[in-house]
Parts: sequence; C-alpha cells; structure tokens
Amino acid sequence: MGGEMARYTNKNSDVSRLRHGSVGLLMAGLLGTLSGVANAAWEISLQEPVTAVARRVYDLHTLLTWVIFIIFIGVFAVATYSIIFHRKSKGHKAADFHDNTTVEIAWTVVPTLILIAIAVPATTTLVEMRDTSQPDLTIKATGYQWKWGYEYITGDAAGVKYMSVLATPRDQIENKAPKGANYLLEVDRPMVVPVGKKVRMLLTSSDVIHNWSVPAFAVKADAVPGFLRDTWFRADKEGTYRGQCSELCGKDHGFMPVVVEVVSTEKYAAWVEGQKKEMAAAADDPSKVWKLDELVARGEKVYTANCAACHQPNGKGLPPAFPGLDGSKIAKGPKEAHLDIVIKGKPGTAMAGYGAQLGDTDIAAVVAYERNAWTNKLGEVIQPAEVKARRGK
Amino acid sequence: MQATQHAAHTGNHDDESHGHHPTGLMRWVTTTNHKDIGSMYLWFSFIMFLVGGAMSLIIRGELLAPGLQYVSPEFYNQMLTLHALIMVFGAIMPAFVGFANWMIPMMIGAPDMAFARMNNWSFWLLPPAAILLVASMFVPGGAAGTGWTLYPPLSIQMGMGMDLTIFAVHILGMSSIMGSINIITTILNMRAPGMTLMKMPLFCWTWLVTGFLLIASMPILAGAVTMLLTDRHFGTSFFSAAGGGDPVLFQHIFWFFGHPEVYIIALPAFGVVSHVIPAFSRKHLFGYTSMVYAIAAIGLISFFVWAHHMYVTGIPLTGQLYFMYATMLIAIPTGVKVFNWITTMWRGSLSFETPMLFALGFLVLFTIGGLTGLVLAMTAVDIQLQDTYYVVAHFHYVMVAGALFSAYAGLYFWLPKWTGHMYHEGLGKLHFWSSMIFFNIAFFPQHFLGLAGMPRRIPDYAQQFADFNLISTVGAFGFGISQLLVLVVVFKAVKGGAKAESRPWDGAHGLEWTVPSPAPYHTFEEPPAFDPAEAHA
Amino acid sequence: MVSQQLNFSTGLAGKENGRSTVASNRRVVGLLLTVIVGSLLFVSAQPRLYKAFCDWVGLYDIDRAERVAASAIPARPVVLEFDANSHEGGLLFRPEIKTLQASTGDIINVTYRVENTRNTTVIGQAVPSYGPQHAGEYVRKLDCFCFKQQTFAPYEVREMPVVFVLNRDLPSDVNTVTLSYTFFEIPAGSVDKPAVSMEGRT
Repeated sequence: MGGEMARYTNKNSDVSRLRHGSVGLLMAGLLGTLSGVANAAWEISLQEPVTAVARRVYDLHTLLTWVIFIIFIGVFAVATYSIIFHRKSKGHKAADFHDNTTVEIAWTVVPTLILIAIAVPATTTLVEMRDTSQPDLTIKATGYQWKWGYEYITGDAAGVKYMSVLATPRDQIENKAPKGANYLLEVDRPMVVPVGKKVRMLLTSSDVIHNWSVPAFAVKADAVPGFLRDTWFRADKEGTYRGQCSELCGKDHGFMPVVVEVVSTEKYAAWVEGQKKEMAAAADDPSKVWKLDELVARGEKVYTANCAACHQPNGKGLPPAFPGLDGSKIAKGPKEAHLDIVIKGKPGTAMAGYGAQLGDTDIAAVVAYERNAWTNKLGEVIQPAEVKARRGK
Repeated sequence: MQATQHAAHTGNHDDESHGHHPTGLMRWVTTTNHKDIGSMYLWFSFIMFLVGGAMSLIIRGELLAPGLQYVSPEFYNQMLTLHALIMVFGAIMPAFVGFANWMIPMMIGAPDMAFARMNNWSFWLLPPAAILLVASMFVPGGAAGTGWTLYPPLSIQMGMGMDLTIFAVHILGMSSIMGSINIITTILNMRAPGMTLMKMPLFCWTWLVTGFLLIASMPILAGAVTMLLTDRHFGTSFFSAAGGGDPVLFQHIFWFFGHPEVYIIALPAFGVVSHVIPAFSRKHLFGYTSMVYAIAAIGLISFFVWAHHMYVTGIPLTGQLYFMYATMLIAIPTGVKVFNWITTMWRGSLSFETPMLFALGFLVLFTIGGLTGLVLAMTAVDIQLQDTYYVVAHFHYVMVAGALFSAYAGLYFWLPKWTGHMYHEGLGKLHFWSSMIFFNIAFFPQHFLGLAGMPRRIPDYAQQFADFNLISTVGAFGFGISQLLVLVVVFKAVKGGAKAESRPWDGAHGLEWTVPSPAPYHTFEEPPAFDPAEAHA
Repeated sequence: MVSQQLNFSTGLAGKENGRSTVASNRRVVGLLLTVIVGSLLFVSAQPRLYKAFCDWVGLYDIDRAERVAASAIPARPVVLEFDANSHEGGLLFRPEIKTLQASTGDIINVTYRVENTRNTTVIGQAVPSYGPQHAGEYVRKLDCFCFKQQTFAPYEVREMPVVFVLNRDLPSDVNTVTLSYTFFEIPAGSVDKPAVSMEGRT
C-alpha cells in the first residue's frame, strides 16, 4: 500500500492541508507512535470538504477536537501530578478533606459555560444543514438491496432514471485479482450533478432502511421504505466524490457505494443530452423479436448488475441462503415459473421481485441468460412480449 | 409471596439450613446463597465474555486486510450482532449483577438478598437465554444479522434465528427485572441499623439507580421485540408503512430502552471505581453527596436523550436541537464524577496495586470515550460520524474501557475477600498493562477510520482504510489474548497464595471488610452495628 | 412521603422482627411492579402515541379530508413536486405531472396514474410522505386516493386525483414541497383487518 493510495476525492488543496495539519498534529500526539507518518492513507481527520456546509462541519469538528483535547490534558495534568507526587511510596501522608462547595460549584458551572459556548456554532451549522429550500435541481435516490437507483425529478435532466451498481469485479473482492484504486468505491453509473448548483436529494427505499452518504458533502440521510426524506448539497468543486451506504441493510451492505460526479455546467449539459439520447434508444420496441445470442449477451450484463451478488457469477449461489441457478429446478424447469420468480420474487426469502426495477426486455434477457449459461444449455429464447404476458400471473 | 416469607426467614434466623445444603452440582442448581449466586453470575459472564470475544476476533480477523478472506458477509453480520448481544446482555450486565450479589449484602450488613429463591431463578434464566442466542447460529438462515439494534424491516427479513434472538431477549429481560427487584428491595429494606441512605456505600447507590433504570427500560425492550415478533408472524404492521406503521417507530422505542441501557452498564462501573480509588488513595471519597446527585441525574436524563442515536433518520430540526442540548446536559454530571474521583486522589497517599491501575485505566479511557461522546452529541458533526468507526471507537471506549476495566478493578479488589488469598500482583499488573496498551492499539485508530468515512458493520473496505484496520486487528488480538491472564490469576488465587487478611487493603472502608477473608458462607445473620467511621463518605 | 412509609431512611433499625421486613418488602415489590406495569403499558401505547405525536407536529399526513380556513396571510409562490413509488412489482404508479408552480392557498388538483400489470385483482394502499417532512403539516388534503385502500381490476389503468391546499402559513424557508406516495400491495389475507394504526385513515 503505497503513496498512490486512493482518497475519496483525489484532490488536495493547501487550505485543507493546513486544516488536516492542525487536527493531525493533535491526533498524532495522542497516538504517539504514528506522528511521523505523512501518507494519504493515514488520514486522521474528516475528508476534505467541498461544500460550504461540509466546511462548517469540518471547522466545528476541529474546534470540538481542540476543546476536548484541552479538557483532557487539563484534567489529567492534575491527575498526573497527584500520581507522581502524592504517592505512598514517597511517604506522602493522606490529607483529610472530602467536601468543598466552592470547588464543586465551579466545576459544575465552568463545563456548563463551555457547553453553551460550543452549542452556538453547533446550532447555526445544523440549521444551515437542514435548509432544503430553493434547489436548482431535485434528484431522488432509492435504496435497493444492494444498489442505488437515481431519478432526476426536476432540472434539465428531469426524467433520467437509472440504477447505480458496484463496479468492482468479484475477483478483486475475492482476492483473485489485484485491487483497483477505487476498490469498493466505484459504480457503473455515478450520479452526475453540475458544480455550484443546489441539489436537493429525496431519499426513499424499496426494501429495508439504507443510508445515502457522501462525506465530502457532509450529507448522510436514511432512506426509509414508504417514506421520503430530504437533504441537500451544493458542491463547489468538480471531482468524483465517494461514499457508502451507512445503515446496515443486509448481506451486501458493504458493497453499495454512492458515487457522485460533480462536473462543469457544460459537461453536465452534454451528459444530459447523452442520457436523453440513450433513453430514446433504449426505449425498446416491445414487439421486437430477439435472437438468442443477442438476448443472452444483454442478459449477462443484467445478471451481473442485479443477480450475481447473491447467485454468484458462476451460478453456484451461496447455499442455503442463496440457491444456485446452475442446473437448478427453476432455471431448467418451465420458463413460466422462472419468469414468475424473477418478476415477483419469492416471499419469505431474500429474492426480491424485479418486476418494477427491470423492463420487459431486461427480464426476458436475464431469464434467457440464466437458462442458457453454465450447464443450463436449454437453447431457449424468451421474448419481451412473453414477459409482459407473464406479469401479474 | 412465598419468596418474601422465605427471604424473611433467611433474612433473620433460618437455622435449619445451616451446614447441610446440597453438595456437588445440586448445590449450585438449588443454592439461594447470595455468594454462590454471585460467583455463578461472575463465571457465567466470564464465559460469555470469552464467547463474545472470540466473535469479535472473527470480525477483526476478517477486517485484517481488504477483500473477503475468511467469512461470508452474511456470517460477518451474524457475528457482529451476536458479539454485541452477548457482550451487553451476557457479559457486562451479569458481571455487575454478580458483583451486586456478592457485595451489596456484605456492604449493607444484610444476611442475604431479600428474595433468595428469586435470586436463584434470575440467574438460572441466563444459561437458557445464552443457549438460544448461540443456537440461533445453527438454525436455517443463521443468527440474526441485523446488528444488536434489530432494526426493521431488515429484522423482518431474517430467518428463524431472529425469533430465537427475540425469545432470548425476553428471557434476559425477565432475569434482569427479577434481579433488579431483588437488589432494590435489599438495598431499601435490609441495611444495618444506622446506615441511612446517605451513608450507604456508593456501589449500592449506583445499583439502586441502575435497578430502577432496568425495571423501567427492560419492559420497553420486551415490548419492542414483541411487536417485531407479531410483525414477523402475525400480520401486524407496527413497523411497516404498508399497514400504516413506521420503521422509525422501532428505533424510537429501541433507543428509549437503549440509552438508559448504556447507563445501566456504566453506573455500577462508576460505583466500583468509587470504592477502589478512595481505598488506594487512603482518603475518603471526595464529594459523596454530589456523586449521589450526579448518579441520580445521569439516570434521569438518560431517559430523555434517546434520539441522539437517530440524528440521520429524518427527525425534524427542532427534535435534533432538543436532543443535542439534552445530550450535552449529561456531560455535566458525568464531568462532576470524573472531577470528584481525581480530587479524591489529590493529596492522598497513593499506591498502585492492580485494582487501582484498572481504576485509573478506567478513568483515562472512560474520559476519552465521554469526550468523543460530546463530539458526537453535536448533531452537525454526528451526521458526518453516524454509523462510522468513530462511533465504534467511542462506545468501545465507554463500554470496554468503562465497564470492563471497572469490572476488573472490582475483581482484583474483592478477590482476596472472595477466595481468602491474595492474587498474584505481578500477573495482575501484566494483565493491566497488556490490556491497556492493546486496547488503545485496537480502538484508537478506529477514530481515524471513522473520520475518514469508513462505515461500521461492513465486512470489507476500501484500500485507504487498510493500514489502520491492520493496526486495529493486531491490537484486538493482543487484547483478546491478554484477557486469558485473568483465568490464570483467578485460578491461582482460588487454589492458594498469600493468606488475605479480613481487610487486605489498608485504605478500604466498609462493612464488607469487617468479616474474615474468605467471607464465611453466611455473614451478618445478626444486623451489625454500623460504625459511621466505616461509612463511605 | 414514600420514604417514611417504607422506612427507607433508617435501614433495619426498629424492625428486628421479621414481620415488618416482610410487609416492607411487599411494599417495595408492589412499587416496583407498578413501575414495570407502567413501562409495559407505556410501550404498548407507543404506536398510538407516536402516531398522535406525528400528527400533532405534522410529520405525517393527516389522512382525512380537511376544511380550509380562510387566512389573512398573503399568498406566495411555491414549487410543488410529485413523486411516486411502488413497493411491489404489480402496480405501475406515476404522477401525471412532475412539477407545478403554484401559490399557497390555491386549491391544487393533480392526478396520479396507476396501472395494474397483473391479471389478478390487486388491493393497494398508498402511503404519503413529504419533503421536507414538516411541510406535511401545511398540506390540507380535501380528497386523496390515499384515504382508503384501492382495488384494481386485472390490467386496469386508473387515474386518481389528489386535491389539496397548501396553507398560507407555510414557513417562509419552504419554497419547494414534494408530495410522495408509495403504493403497497395489501396481501389478500389482511384486507379486511387493517393494522391497528390504520383506523384514522379510512
């Protein structure tokens, strides 16, 4: 693990170096042995902030760290003096006192004053964090086990909607391949926002509670199924910012990162343009008749993004919780039952219904893939129209 | 009320039971003697401590390096859940109930606990609960993998292991409630003549408040998990939006129990330290009255701060502000206690035997945990740190360093009274220093991991977290292995060693030091005369 | 004074005989059992208390048709956003329009579209939510499909209205309000017995 270690932001500024320096000194002092190490991997304070709110939080944390450090030193300086000089082994005789009202009032009042002093910046920062009014664009993030879905509600990209899935290959996770720079913090399609614009995030979930978090923005909010939460950020520096799901959400909780790309207004416009074109192109003709090989090729992608986490890329699954598909009764049985379980899920198990997340073509493709991959060589084509007919049965 | 009458008999002159209680295994199954039951609680908690500790080493082992090495993510989640449940309900709480059983009757000059048979029952509920918890690993689908907080809807998805966990929690709750009734009644009704509440040893005070916290908060937890159970199997939807419920409601109820639970663990620890520090400072405890008020204040405030665990769940701004201020308020009585302990040492005549070392270790580490708690109380900062390793570091400083170190201080302090032998001082000191050093190696770097943004409860992590995780794992294994020293120390002290006097520590005060070491099977069958000079304050 | 009745302050002094200890123990246990029963009652009342509290502070929808009082506060422009989520796969659910410029005090009428993609009858319940949450307090609904469970015939497509007024006393820092609904499918078995806290909604 060298100096090339990836940080969340990949960018440094002198200002933040200074900030890191001050807290760094203090923390390093506490840690003692590690004080000399100046490596990016030895980050010992909050990530470099890129929003005004995150900077305020950063400064508040720095202030608090100093306050508690000074309190700690002050209190234990007294204790240390006592430990050194009031020893029995040095012949010190115990004094006999056990009450002193003045002192006791003092050490109730002084901490109270300190608390009031730090409550002021803590309050103003919090009020600012919660002000979601007047956004430039609104994006809804929906938590799924275990990926994020983004939908642009307002702004130029209104209507753009896609899933954002961990892009780190299984081989890296299983230590069969060297790990990339953004190991576990990379997705196939990041959320893209323009720089300097107030982005309001709406959060909800389709299954369990997730938490959408980007430390560089000081944003962290639960996504609760059936309810809407909102938060906001205004990133003032371009870059790629990474966070992770921050509420235990089951098996792959550690494998659903949040990646936000902050780009210039022009790049954003170009991106929106591209997305709209892609959407138009992807609006599959439902009556198109697919050939087996093109369907399977598409199905493999859908499988990797949606199914491989549990059923594994090799189709062997992780029994007993996650059954294998290679040679399974479902995958080699009647296709109707197979379609049903993909569309509706299997109640009482971790198998969710994909009917709402995936279109007819994707479901047809992934089922066709599962019925033709590994040893399941059924040679069967499934057309989107069959999926449509199957929905709801 | 059978138990009451029985207690009244043992309480005064239950002559026929003297001398011929059953022997062998039946002695332990049927015993109603507070010392026997205290010992069983302590052994039980130590066994559970080793089980929970082994689980934590599985967790730390997996986190040694990035990538999935040894366990699957599902199993990892089960380990972190069981580790927490076992440590909280199986190790720390029973340890302090064990201390209470052994020491409270001796401290207040009572012959036994008020309800001796119920005492037996509240202990013997624990092993079945522990078996349920451990057995849940082996049912289809494995143990609950939800974290000890059991949040729905994730806990609704879990398999049968979740149901076993819910039953275990019910049983543990019943045991705690019975234990608390017993302890509170003993303290209120069975003190030696002349020992007023404000002359009572501080350990009794902490347990009096803890007992009330337990009986008020355990039913809340029982209710929460019962609602979980009916949501899982009987079609209710307390916690599901589909039926008009709200998953966040569970979090409110859970933490309404969960925050007092933190002090249920911490207060008796404060009590032990309040005995050890004056004894080795050869001085009276400074500010006894303010200590008592601080304990009561902490107990009371603990019921009004629960939502500081929920700053990111979407509670309204006014709620965040209120809970922030209320949480900051707890710092004041906690600060008072720390200042009192340090002033107790001031101009004393200090010596540093193992109990004192552990008490000082407690003081340093608990203060660090308390101060990071102050940082976390600030909602704006907490939003950055919620569910990161900073929180993990914070509560391990409070729980391990706070409760465990204090329990060790108590163990070494009272071991001569229990066994009649002095423990091996060298081994004790080795145990302290290795625990102290490895604890900090294991947990201090976790502050940095949390600040850098590493979420908790993940089995694998990004590469920039690798170095601190490696250090932390090394520290955790060192800490884990150090704990085996306790077994050696205790076995040596049980088997032999220097004879302990009835008051092995020259600075120790209290009725418990007026009986011989080892303490006879029956003590204070006649209420002793209480000498105010032996009073704590 | 409880402490005097229970003789707490004097320890065993004055009660050498066993009877008074027994009586005293009974009193303590009685007191503690009261606390335990109180705790149990408290926790079992939680779902209702929580609902009442959330209604009171306006965190949830108040899912009943309401009257709108005339207000002296002047109207001001707000942006309304509409959002839809479907919890199971069967119902395709979306708002007809995504955003709307409006004024506080206007009677707003919007439509959500639901398509039952199943060939079976589906019973659904929409659960409302707001962003920011406290805006919910100022949304006065006159009519909403979320007031009751909805039954959809196989493949039915239905447009459903929400009629509401945004109160003029909406806090000045709220300029964008999101109305969100999540459609949950109600399992056939539990249609006739809505969950405890549902009665306010029907």
